[in-house]
Amino acid sequence: MLRSLWGLGLLFAFLMPLQLSAQYDIPDAPPASSPEQIVYDEIKLLSGTEITQLRNKLRGYADSTSTQITMAIISSTKGENISYLGAQWGEKWGIGQAEEDNGILVLVAKDDRQMTIQVGQGIEPIVTDFLAYRVIDRVITPEFKKGDYYGGLDKGADALFQILTGEFEETRDLSNAKALPLIVVAFVVAIVLFFVILILVIIRRGGGGGKRGGRKGGFGADLMDIIILSNMGRSGGGSSSSGGGFGSGSGGFGGGFGGGSFGGGGASGGW
Amino acid sequence: MKKWLIPLVIVVILGFVVYNYAVGFYNDGVVKYEDAKTEWSKVESAYQRRNDLIGNLVKTVQGAADFERGTLKDVIEARSKATATNVSVDDLSPEKIAAFQEAQAGLSSALSRLLVSVERYPDLKATKNFSELQQQLEGTENRINVARDRYNDGVNKYKQHIKKFPGSVMAGWFGLEDDLSRFESVEGAEKPVEVDFGS
Repeated sequence: MLRSLWGLGLLFAFLMPLQLSAQYDIPDAPPASSPEQIVYDEIKLLSGTEITQLRNKLRGYADSTSTQITMAIISSTKGENISYLGAQWGEKWGIGQAEEDNGILVLVAKDDRQMTIQVGQGIEPIVTDFLAYRVIDRVITPEFKKGDYYGGLDKGADALFQILTGEFEETRDLSNAKALPLIVVAFVVAIVLFFVILILVIIRRGGGGGKRGGRKGGFGADLMDIIILSNMGRSGGGSSSSGGGFGSGSGGFGGGFGGGSFGGGGASGGW
Repeated sequence: MKKWLIPLVIVVILGFVVYNYAVGFYNDGVVKYEDAKTEWSKVESAYQRRNDLIGNLVKTVQGAADFERGTLKDVIEARSKATATNVSVDDLSPEKIAAFQEAQAGLSSALSRLLVSVERYPDLKATKNFSELQQQLEGTENRINVARDRYNDGVNKYKQHIKKFPGSVMAGWFGLEDDLSRFESVEGAEKPVEVDFGS
């Protein structure tokens, strides 16, 4: 008992400095299908519709170009240099594709009145530090000064699209992700087939059961019809919803972050 | 006959397990060692980037502010000194890294003095060239920070690998050397910065 307490104490002694040195703990990357990947709003700065619009916009861009632009809004970096935090954040989440390193992280610390655009290493030659600074200085922060955070981020995204025009294309093979709904469909088909066979077997048995068996068989088929119909309806709904979910998640962000690397390129500014 | 067969099997299995463990340990060590060295090359390229930018900066400032000769000369000297201090990836000893760091720190302070003195020339600050360079310098400082920390992380992982028991014993046998060293903070960096509004 005493010994285990000692061990625990030692463990904490070792963990403490680590805890203290990390001023702002970068959250773990959201799962692949989560919209938090695209716009991560820790302090609920944007309204529901704003956030959806922004996500759709960035998702659409990622789908066609594979360039993942993630926006994160936090309250404060807690004293950490925002450029440095942004670079570590982008690296931790692995924004962008691993081969291209084409991720961009727009990090806003609202109460610090600081923001940064950190670009992946593959984007550094296109979105240079100076261009990133111009986007912050001329496009985003003027809106922020008016208190229009959505407007700033929205226009900032447009400005980044313009700079990036035609630089990357979606080349990832997403067949892995597409295989999933196929399995779902196959599963549904298999279940339906199973019921059909079951019915056929019951009907045959009923048919072989003489005069009353005929009626019974008819009744059984009706029941089974109902089950099949209701089942089909359900499976239809299920597959369409899963299809919808997949459809909206496919492409750039659908496969999740690709593991892009951030070396600290980009710029920061305040408002 | 069976009497010696069972111990033999046990010994063979044990040998296999130990062999696998040792090979895994060695290979992990090699991977971590090479990773750390790769990180080092990123540190160097980040500093190199700064050196290149400073060349452009000096030219821009020279043209616009003809009178800052003293400050400019400091920067140019510090830059040539920093460029001369090269560290080979194969020799990342504490002394070498300290020398490298000292040279770069000299350049950092000369550079910041130049940037402060440039504040006196609004015309210069307004030029696109200059503000672009300034932004790039800021970005480069961030790159340097990031690269240095990742290098330290890499060294840290390698050191933990070869220093934790029982790895510490095996590292000696296998020749996994402890010849990487971390970046330490620059001497004087722990003191508060003096702000002088005198001039």
